[in-house]
Amino acid sequence: MPSGPEKSRDDLARRTQELEAKLAARNPVRKQDEPSADGGTAGYGQAMKLSSEFISAIAVGAGLGWLIDKVAGTSPWGLIIFLLLGFAAGVLNVLRSAGVVAQPKTGMGPDGPDR
Amino acid sequence: MANDPIHQFQISKLIPLEVGGYDLSFTNASLFMVATVVVTSAFLYLTTSSRSLVPSRLQSVSEMSYEFVANMLRDAAGTAGMRFFPLVFSLFMFVLMANMLGMFPYFFTVTSQIIVTFALAVLVVGTVLVYGFYKHGFKFLKLFVPSGVPMAVLPMVVVIELISFLSRPISLSVRLFANMLAGHITLKVFAGFIVSLSSLGALGVAGAILPLIMTVAITGLEFLVSFLQAYVFAVLACMYLNDAVHPGH
Repeated sequence: MPSGPEKSRDDLARRTQELEAKLAARNPVRKQDEPSADGGTAGYGQAMKLSSEFISAIAVGAGLGWLIDKVAGTSPWGLIIFLLLGFAAGVLNVLRSAGVVAQPKTGMGPDGPDR
Repeated sequence: MANDPIHQFQISKLIPLEVGGYDLSFTNASLFMVATVVVTSAFLYLTTSSRSLVPSRLQSVSEMSYEFVANMLRDAAGTAGMRFFPLVFSLFMFVLMANMLGMFPYFFTVTSQIIVTFALAVLVVGTVLVYGFYKHGFKFLKLFVPSGVPMAVLPMVVVIELISFLSRPISLSVRLFANMLAGHITLKVFAGFIVSLSSLGALGVAGAILPLIMTVAITGLEFLVSFLQAYVFAVLACMYLNDAVHPGH
């Protein structure tokens, strides 16, 4: 009894795989299209992306430092130190989104954070 | 009023409502958010309700948007990330439709309000945090501790990674908000030039052709930016959700 449906399911799986292989053979053409279509307008998008990454990290660093100052009463040291750390985080963000530094999960090597 | 480029972003109360000291009025922003949701849902529902095997044109638009988002999510977060598909698809469709509705003259652009985009970004990052801690427990914190860093600089690196993580919702929301705001203001300013130039007589009317051309071109660009920003928002949401599914090994 189970051999009937099993067999047809195997057949279906095989045909699905064949179809996927065929589609994959076709896909690269489309895949290559996408970045180039992106590339025409990418300059503007890229600039927006990088600048917002950079500025937001500085803003968060400054905000965090200000909060710590407020809670611990260490004004102005928290603000100064966290502003600088925020600057570092901004540079990290920009390099990461520009693809110069690998994402932490793929490139957790020793050269990750200091480059 | 006609030449004030900021006027289009003013929020007006349509149905004043106050609950427990909080202002919960139904504003024009709320109206257009409701409109966005209704239009998106109605479009997706109506175009797919016939479920024909050979899709009609509109049905294939729905199917394309489904596949577009599904591929985006699968590329960024793998098959395990597909559990977030409903979230990412809703986000993408909401932002896209809100941007597109904003392109109609006299319509309110919901995504030009930073609180709206910030709420969307916090939703994404909140999902990452909640799911990450639920799934991986305290191992999720490894996201902030890159391996192979000397002990001496580790505290500083952790703080930098933490700031970098916290800056995500801000950069995500500011990017969408700033693009929509700047685009609509530019459009309005150039359109205003046409009116004020053409009031200067025959020479002014001839000169008004230049800003008219610019306005047409910028309108085209704005449609592109509307789509691009929805796409960027969804892609980054996928990348952040990837952290929740696979925090550092």
